[in-house]
Amino acid sequence: MNEYALGQGLWEMGFAAAVPFTLVALSAMAVLLADLWLLPSQKRALPWAALAGVLLSAASVAFLWNEEATGFGGAIRLDRFSAFFAMVFLLGTGLVVLLSSAYARREGVERGEYYALLLFGTSGAMLMASAVELVTFFLGLEILSVSLYVLSGFFRQRPASAEAAAKYFILGAFASAFLLYGIALFYGASGSTTYAALRESFGSAAFPYSHGLLALAASGLLLIGLAFKLGAVPFHMWVPDTYEGAPTTITAYMSVVSKAAAAAAFIRVFGASLSSLQQDTSAVLWVLAVVTMTLGNVVAIAQTNIKRMLAYSSIAHAGYLLVALTAAGEAGYSSVLFYVLAYVFMTLGAFGVVSLVRKGEGGADAGAEALDISHYSGLAGRHGLLAAAMAVFMVSLSGIPPTAGFFAKFYVFSAAVRAGEVGLAIIGVLNSLVSVYFYMRIVFLMYMKEETVPVRGSRSRAGWVALAACVLGTLLLGVLPSSFARLATESIASIF
Amino acid sequence: MLLAYLPILIWILLCAGLALAIVFLSHVLGRKRPTGAKLSPYECGITPVGDARSRFPIKFYIIAVVFLVFDIEAAFLYPWAVIYKKLALVGLLEMAVFMAVLLVGYLYLWKKRVFDWED
Repeated sequence: MNEYALGQGLWEMGFAAAVPFTLVALSAMAVLLADLWLLPSQKRALPWAALAGVLLSAASVAFLWNEEATGFGGAIRLDRFSAFFAMVFLLGTGLVVLLSSAYARREGVERGEYYALLLFGTSGAMLMASAVELVTFFLGLEILSVSLYVLSGFFRQRPASAEAAAKYFILGAFASAFLLYGIALFYGASGSTTYAALRESFGSAAFPYSHGLLALAASGLLLIGLAFKLGAVPFHMWVPDTYEGAPTTITAYMSVVSKAAAAAAFIRVFGASLSSLQQDTSAVLWVLAVVTMTLGNVVAIAQTNIKRMLAYSSIAHAGYLLVALTAAGEAGYSSVLFYVLAYVFMTLGAFGVVSLVRKGEGGADAGAEALDISHYSGLAGRHGLLAAAMAVFMVSLSGIPPTAGFFAKFYVFSAAVRAGEVGLAIIGVLNSLVSVYFYMRIVFLMYMKEETVPVRGSRSRAGWVALAACVLGTLLLGVLPSSFARLATESIASIF
Repeated sequence: MLLAYLPILIWILLCAGLALAIVFLSHVLGRKRPTGAKLSPYECGITPVGDARSRFPIKFYIIAVVFLVFDIEAAFLYPWAVIYKKLALVGLLEMAVFMAVLLVGYLYLWKKRVFDWED
């Protein structure tokens, strides 16, 4: 029993599969503890410590890029798919940490808990993408969600932030209950919670009708839980209020990492394991996709607060993701991966600009965040580079070439057409046309209007580096999409 | 397969039925002679003072949560100790990792002065 060497034993138990998110969780704990002994003047080191943890984990993912391992009795799996999503989450977290370094200090929330919770959330997201067992997936989801509940209420003194956290927490707990009920029904129907067992018991032609009914009920409940995380209509009620009230950098993190994690889990459960139910799920997803896109885009037009506008825009983008998930198949799912990568750059960039802009001298609330859309009038005159970056992100979000957003939508809609969902693709394209209006309004205000309220942009070097990375990523994915598309296809191929 | 859960359904119905029946029967059959003392929320307790929704120091809440966490830690140790030999070195390491994670939390609480009752 005790004979074999320890290293081999750990390898056989699949500890390699746990290395990336374990490193993130360890650095979260290191940040949390370091904060206790740091003097207030040394707190500036916190974001860099968090960034070091992110880079360390990214290095481990790169090192394990070609490995495959299943760990902990078939609970988690390391393959190209989980490696891809781990990289997406780490990229998003790294950029958010860079943006936070100036934002958190200025808003007076530069504390170890902030960065520790960010890293804990990321480890949860990574666990969600690499889980191949329902309870482990739920564990990852809860780690991510609980971190986000706290982070969205991190401005403890502001009622809006407390409201954001309370709404997110109550509705999130409700959604988790649905999800857990779905897991319980799956367990009842198949006698196991591993994805492999799901595939086996629902994939065979001989599976009896009563199981089919149970499986449909379970998938429905699971779908509700995931749609909540994705922010899809009609489970979107929390999105605008939470996105508006949460710290801007946390809003950016939520919209990118939490959405990508839900998409990853969706593909693993419904795409790879429950493909026998695909006809039924696609029928539901079709409706969800149409309502989500339409509501998101139409309501975004009426917004006057930029964070609320971006919140509705993120609902609309969840709709485009649902189009790809409706299309299913390897083409549909690989377009999800490409979309998620493009979405990281453009959305983080847009929220990044918002976090760097604040009201200038003269007003009563100088130094407060400039969150009204009208504050962006004439930004190009005073802060040319910030306005140019924002313009790139807006162009990309509305899906105009040569940016990442164009190819992301192109792959999604062409996957939908190939899957025979021509109607859905047409509705999607019409929706993108609607979205051009409210994205371009920002560009119009920045370049064509006179300044109404003096605003000033942050000179945080870390923030600028993050924005430059986002601009670069947005343009790179728009000019040379094929190698990234191939990466997405390979990642999907590894789980089918 | 779904049929295998039938005994559980019967059991749930029996339990719920019994509980409802007892409450219902004691309501129907019992004699009722209410007095002021009998109708008070805690008949044998201290006479209530003021509103239940009053503010209380957050310390009580934090201590309760901390107690819960470490109580569950202790509960986890029992099954582990039972098959401790079977799990061998890997099991020992896994438990060490678990304890280390909780130790981090403990250090955090300590430095945040959660255990200082006098303030």
